[in-house]
Amino acid sequence: MAENTGTMTANTSQNVHEHEHENHSFFGFWMYLMSDCIVFGCLFTSYAVLRNQFAGGPTSKEMFELSRVAIETALLLTSSLTFGFAMLQARHNSKNGTLLWMVVSAILGLGFLILEIQEFIAFVQHGASPTVSAYWSAFFTLVGTHGLHVTLGLIWMIVLMIQLVTKGLNKKMMPRLACMSLFWHFLDIVWICVFSFVYLLSMA
Amino acid sequence: MLGKLSLSAIPYHVPILVGTFIGVVIVGLAVLGAITYFGKWGVLFRNWLFSVDHKRIGIMYIVLALVMLFRGFADAIMMRLQQAMAYNSPGYLPPSHYDQIFTAHGTIMIFFMAMAFMQGLFNLIVPLQIGARDVAFPFINSLSFWLTTAGAILVNISLFIGDFSTAGWLAYPPVSELQFSPGVGVDYYIWAVQISGIGTLLTAVNFITTVVKMRAPGMTWMRIPVFTWTVIASCIMIFTTFPALTVAVAELALDRYCGMHFFTNDGGGNVMLYLNLIWAWGHPEVYILVIPAFGVFSEVVPVFCRKPLFGYATMVYASLAITTLSLLVWVHHFFTMGAGANVNTFFGIMTMIIAIPTGVKVFNWLFTMYRGRIEFTAPMYWTIGFMIVFVIGGMTGVMLAIPASDFVLHNSEFLVAHFHNTIIGGVYFGYVAGMNFWAPKVTGFKMSQKLGKAAFLFWFFGFFLSFIPLYITGFDGMVRRLNHYDNPNWHFWLQIACVGVFCILCGVVCQLLQIFLGILNAKKPENVDVTGDPWGGRSLEWSTSSPAPAYNFAHIPVVQSRDAFAYNKEHGIDTRRTDEPYQDILMPKNTSAGFWHGMFALVLGFAAVWHIWWLVIVTVILNLVLAIGYSFKEDKEYVIPSSEVERIEKEHSRKLMTQVAE
Repeated sequence: MAENTGTMTANTSQNVHEHEHENHSFFGFWMYLMSDCIVFGCLFTSYAVLRNQFAGGPTSKEMFELSRVAIETALLLTSSLTFGFAMLQARHNSKNGTLLWMVVSAILGLGFLILEIQEFIAFVQHGASPTVSAYWSAFFTLVGTHGLHVTLGLIWMIVLMIQLVTKGLNKKMMPRLACMSLFWHFLDIVWICVFSFVYLLSMA
Repeated sequence: MLGKLSLSAIPYHVPILVGTFIGVVIVGLAVLGAITYFGKWGVLFRNWLFSVDHKRIGIMYIVLALVMLFRGFADAIMMRLQQAMAYNSPGYLPPSHYDQIFTAHGTIMIFFMAMAFMQGLFNLIVPLQIGARDVAFPFINSLSFWLTTAGAILVNISLFIGDFSTAGWLAYPPVSELQFSPGVGVDYYIWAVQISGIGTLLTAVNFITTVVKMRAPGMTWMRIPVFTWTVIASCIMIFTTFPALTVAVAELALDRYCGMHFFTNDGGGNVMLYLNLIWAWGHPEVYILVIPAFGVFSEVVPVFCRKPLFGYATMVYASLAITTLSLLVWVHHFFTMGAGANVNTFFGIMTMIIAIPTGVKVFNWLFTMYRGRIEFTAPMYWTIGFMIVFVIGGMTGVMLAIPASDFVLHNSEFLVAHFHNTIIGGVYFGYVAGMNFWAPKVTGFKMSQKLGKAAFLFWFFGFFLSFIPLYITGFDGMVRRLNHYDNPNWHFWLQIACVGVFCILCGVVCQLLQIFLGILNAKKPENVDVTGDPWGGRSLEWSTSSPAPAYNFAHIPVVQSRDAFAYNKEHGIDTRRTDEPYQDILMPKNTSAGFWHGMFALVLGFAAVWHIWWLVIVTVILNLVLAIGYSFKEDKEYVIPSSEVERIEKEHSRKLMTQVAE
């Protein structure tokens, strides 16, 4: 953001004022993310408490297919990387470069989402629906909440791309892109926990 | 088309509700008629409902809180009447109706009275106290308010369409599960709590950012006024613990709506998971409420004792210590769960430790008063009353924190008496002290001190009359939430408690009179606050005019010391810097977006309660479209020209001079 403010013509009180507002949104978004993090913390807690409650129904070990989850993980982590490239392009004031890497990130994110939905459908078809036992309730809620975040993230990304096209890479866009980037990386971190504690631990 | 909603959902066969409905309609029509008659619709929407000005939002929060206080207090009177009458008889309220009343009373008083009141005080005072022109995110502030209001309206709709939850204010499963509560009551609870909870979370994010980022130059951390410090503490607790509430209630909703098994008796559900999650929020919640009240007392006491606060630093550390400890005590709400002696001991000791920082605070206030020149105004009455009532409540809390005695007192009237002792004595007394203290700053006029003191005395003695009997019946084995009973020992005490609640009613009437007469006599010279500093205040909010102009401060004040305004007054420094040239000021424009988000959320909640799925989808889409549309909007700010600022400031200076001349 520092480079961006450097392009301001005059350090009038008005510019200073707006600049301050931008800083606030970044800080405020951090605060929001921390509380979102606790939402996931509580969902993980629920999952941990209910991890063996299969109620005689299908177990996680019978259901999980690690290969698909591995591809999902690869897609989402790569998406995070490409979004990082988008941010670098934005810092170099390249609108098209930013757009290009955002499109790549969105496609990767969409791929993750499609695989996840396929997985959910497969589970339900094999009798592991969220209503059969407390375990599957907790599983679908935890992983589904992450999926919902990814969905909202994709909508947000599309909105930002439209704004980039229509308004250009102006000084109001930078903090928005920065918040989006925070959100996207945050979802990655959550996914790493999902992958480790939900999928890997169940296979152990 | 209408989901589960049908004409049979309207309780026209319950005379109490029909009467209430007629009353609400009459009052509602009178208000709407008055607005139309005076032609105020445009003003109402443009200047108030769509406002992003923190001072106006603050006033709207407090109006909401007072309306909800009225509703919650009516519930309290009904419960006390029922228990006074229901000895060896069914009383006048059938159990299902009685259960709805105690559930609504708790839900409304915590979520929509206390939380709204608290956020109202945050809004009114924090930006003024730190020398800022607004909060960090003015639009989100308006959004928070409308989400809270949507939740409040939803609870009250349940009076007349369908019914409310009978599962208590925390909706414990398995009673709150579909199997035992098949009606819509718990769904009303779920949606009201979730919608308002999002609003509260956004408030916390907003105010933390405001305080961290927007303090006046020179206001270092240890120069922040104590009220603002307590707001920080409270906001930290909100955004660390409200997610737990959200998750607990969302999982309950998934059980009820999607047939999941988080907390059901079958399918491997675990009821204690819900209790742990909800109390991981619920216990910090009482500190979320009471710590800002401590902040109010820390502002009131020094001003009316004409001394700086004793032990500022320890006050700050104590607030933060309570913030931390509050996250480590939740199991004391269910020592009887069977977690074992070690776990119970840990949580018992942590709970007792909280008494230490709280005690530090009480002694700080006492030492501030010691040898002070105490002025016995209404806020000071409430403060001294608080110290007496709250200390008793704190001590009974320590009794309950001993696991062994908790096994005896758990779920009894003793517990009910304890938490009312702390919440009325701490939270309510504190907020009312704050309202009396800051009313001139917000409205420009002082409220009647006589009525304020009368209200206090009724509340104070009414409190003891109402709740000391409950301690006694609790010791005598009376469990909470009883609809009727046959124990002759309790009857006398419950009648006394009923007398107490009517004594409190007189207090509430005095408070309403205080507000109405205040508005009526606002223009009387003895009530007008000309100087902006009616009490001889110590912090920055008193340095600007009353009511504060839209931009709060023409020049952002420069802070040179703790108690910045008192320091400037003593050293002859002009905090307003009237001799410096004025500049254009950029302020956020009002917007209707927050209002519409709230209304869509309200319809969304209502549709979800009644399973009207198409409407749920429509409102979700509307909310998304509105949010995206708003993000495209440019031009969210307007300029107050320097000439206008100069005119307002000169006018205030002129009034000040006239006052001095007189």
